[in-house]
Amino acid sequence: MTDTFYDVMRRQGITRRSFLKFCSLTAAAMGLSPIYASKIAHAMENKPRIPVLWLHGLECTCCSESFIRSGHPLAKDVILSMISLDYDSVIMASAGHEAEAIVDEVIAEHKGKYILACEGNPGLEQDVTGGMSCIVGGKPYTAQLRAAAKDAMAIISWGSCASWGCVQAAKPNPTGATPIHKVPDIGNAPIIKVPGCPPIAEVMTAVITYMLTFEQLPTLDRQGRPKMFYSQRIHDKCYRRPHFDAGQFVEQWDDEGARQGYCLYKMGCKGPTTYNACSTIRWNGGLSFPIQSGHPCIGCSEDGFWDKGGFYDRLSDINQFGIESNADEIGMGAAGLVGGAVAAHAAVSALKRTQQKGDEE
Amino acid sequence: MTTMATKPHNEPAVYVYEAPLRLWHWINAFSIIVLCVTGYFIGSPLPTMSGEASDHYLMGYIRFVHFTAGYIFAIGFLFRIYWAFAGNEHARQLFMPPIFNREWWGGVWHETKWYFFLTKEPRKYIGHNPLAVLAMYILFVWIVLFMIVTGFALYGEGTGYDSWQYTLFSSWVIPLFGQSQDVHTWHHAVMWVMICFVMIHVYVAIREDIMSRQSLVSTMISGWRTFKDNRSVDDGH
Repeated sequence: MTDTFYDVMRRQGITRRSFLKFCSLTAAAMGLSPIYASKIAHAMENKPRIPVLWLHGLECTCCSESFIRSGHPLAKDVILSMISLDYDSVIMASAGHEAEAIVDEVIAEHKGKYILACEGNPGLEQDVTGGMSCIVGGKPYTAQLRAAAKDAMAIISWGSCASWGCVQAAKPNPTGATPIHKVPDIGNAPIIKVPGCPPIAEVMTAVITYMLTFEQLPTLDRQGRPKMFYSQRIHDKCYRRPHFDAGQFVEQWDDEGARQGYCLYKMGCKGPTTYNACSTIRWNGGLSFPIQSGHPCIGCSEDGFWDKGGFYDRLSDINQFGIESNADEIGMGAAGLVGGAVAAHAAVSALKRTQQKGDEE
Repeated sequence: MTTMATKPHNEPAVYVYEAPLRLWHWINAFSIIVLCVTGYFIGSPLPTMSGEASDHYLMGYIRFVHFTAGYIFAIGFLFRIYWAFAGNEHARQLFMPPIFNREWWGGVWHETKWYFFLTKEPRKYIGHNPLAVLAMYILFVWIVLFMIVTGFALYGEGTGYDSWQYTLFSSWVIPLFGQSQDVHTWHHAVMWVMICFVMIHVYVAIREDIMSRQSLVSTMISGWRTFKDNRSVDDGH
């Protein structure tokens, strides 16, 4: 029988005390009542750990970086070592044919029982042109992904790459980078999106913990994100929200408002349109998050955030007109044209009418 | 051109717009103005207020007015749909352009020529002229629907999961557009379509009042359509 999470954790030298702290923190992060902390502990002590294959496609490893820098030692030591026990090409110590063989081994041994964690996405141009980009162990990544996805119990799309496409899918998307759920022949495994560039470490561990504890997928919203972390906007829980409601904004980076910690709305903050848990869970062990450090949210967990114009513009660019301009610029242009046309038409109408009157007399 | 407004005639006036419809028209017009102004200031807020945050609630008030006007606008539109059934035949015209009627398209063409100064005289209508029906159907009815649906989808984001606004609107509109910011951009851009419509609408109403063969502006105030000549009308009523 496979080890439990608790076995792995004790081997890592984690005390029972900090193990229980992890359980209650996770329960709180998932919005569960305190009683669930013991249920989580029970599950971690008794259930065999779920094998996880962690595959890397086109990406920057920021999801892994976020994960291993988790403020909570258990997230790093327990969950991560659990994962690296199976396969993670970026952080596992082994390499070569034996390491690559683990993928096939896990698929064969745990058919339908393992989780496929995807960091990054495939470049589908591989399918079309047979291009040699993103080769893992001598094979195109698309092949490895499809093989692993076919028999997975569930797929976790880590980060905005796997969830939406992210920077490598920005126009004109030369590699055909495509989010996991849009890859043809990906199979029928349910896909959980955990977007963010990167996602918050506590969110990542909580998603795995939830699946282990309750042996089911977390409740997902219509876009496939766990509701417990992605059901509210940054704006809804932002500590600068009172300044927004009061109409107090940072107008320039070095103004008094910036020093006073006013709302960053006018600096292009995407908090009002971004669903994530940054303003509640925060980063680096709850230390801070972008807005707290004085920088607007860039909306990194939202679909298409990379193609919406400047991060520091309130209004998005509309590119359909060939030039970059926002709704106001286009709208005012249109209104100006209509106004001009109306004035010209009125003038001609008046002229015609005078003419007709003259004819009559 | 033989007849003009100055010539005496005895064409009877026709009661076209009933009181509830007229009231809706002006409430709707007022709410559109309020929505455009407050909406613009939500997208591009006024200069920063100084002092303590607890002393001000400017953005809050602007948003409150926007949401209230939005409700009035939406409820008004629902009433307008109801009135299409409950009101007289002219109340239905806005929602059903007779697009399968060749003669009606002929009317659209004639009215278009009238606007390009290619014909000497417009036709005479008790209801709207065909071009007006077409323009209002496309640029008013559908734009209003679009603004109500996207508006409530954005509002539902604030009221949150399990609110009826979220369930009815946000839950499907936001994924349809991609993400919340896209819905904002569209809601914002289409506001300008609405502004263009209002500009044309006001201009045309005044121009028709002066140059066509029937009354326009006063009709939306009193309800009575009066005529400037006593030849027969062209819309078969």
